[in-house]
Amino acid sequence: MLKIHYFASVREALDRTEESLELPAGVEDVAGLVSHLAAKNPALQALDNSSNALLVAVNQTVVDRSWKLSEDDEVAFFPPMTGG
Amino acid sequence: MILVQEQDFDLAQVYQSLRQEAGDPGAIVTFTGLVRELYDQDSDTRNPVTGLFLEHYPGMTEKCLEDIAQQARNRWPLQALCIIHRVGDLKPGDQIVMVGTASAHRHAAFDAALFMMDYLKSKAPFWKKQQGKQGAEWVASRDSDSEAIARWQK
Repeated sequence: MLKIHYFASVREALDRTEESLELPAGVEDVAGLVSHLAAKNPALQALDNSSNALLVAVNQTVVDRSWKLSEDDEVAFFPPMTGG
Repeated sequence: MILVQEQDFDLAQVYQSLRQEAGDPGAIVTFTGLVRELYDQDSDTRNPVTGLFLEHYPGMTEKCLEDIAQQARNRWPLQALCIIHRVGDLKPGDQIVMVGTASAHRHAAFDAALFMMDYLKSKAPFWKKQQGKQGAEWVASRDSDSEAIARWQK
């Protein structure tokens, strides 16, 4: 199972904190997962369309859209960080 | 020492523990970040900040801060370092973050402290939501923060 987390403005836009799902058939990388999730949730699509609004971490490391996914990965979606 | 916590921290205590851990330091640098009432993106005196909520990604946060600390240790001869970042609800005037470094000489201590702050601001998964009289909004990331990192990569 993929474990998916949403944080900050992304969490609010999607009204969702986390979810679990089987790695969908045909989804190989982060870009594929974003398209799969966005099909159910236009808010995610909108975030993905605006430049630099949506970052993705796999297993707690920020990765780009071509990163290959495996079953049991922990995936997180969030906006650019604003700590400090 | 790396801490992510809701409670406040005591600078004097952190300083003493850096001093002790370092053994024989020639320089200790501490930096503290505070919540401002007037956020300088617009410095709108009609809409001062009344509160700040700090969200983070438990697990990844600690991992990122460890990684930033390790990069600093690899780059400068540090005898001790600390990073403390608060999360949860804060108000203007509150301390949010501190970094401290101990080294034999001042340049290493100053540079390593600035390096850790620059990286922490745009690489560690913290997000600020600002509460004002006219509502709450997520703080936008700044280009100047990414530029600050680019300086260290030259």
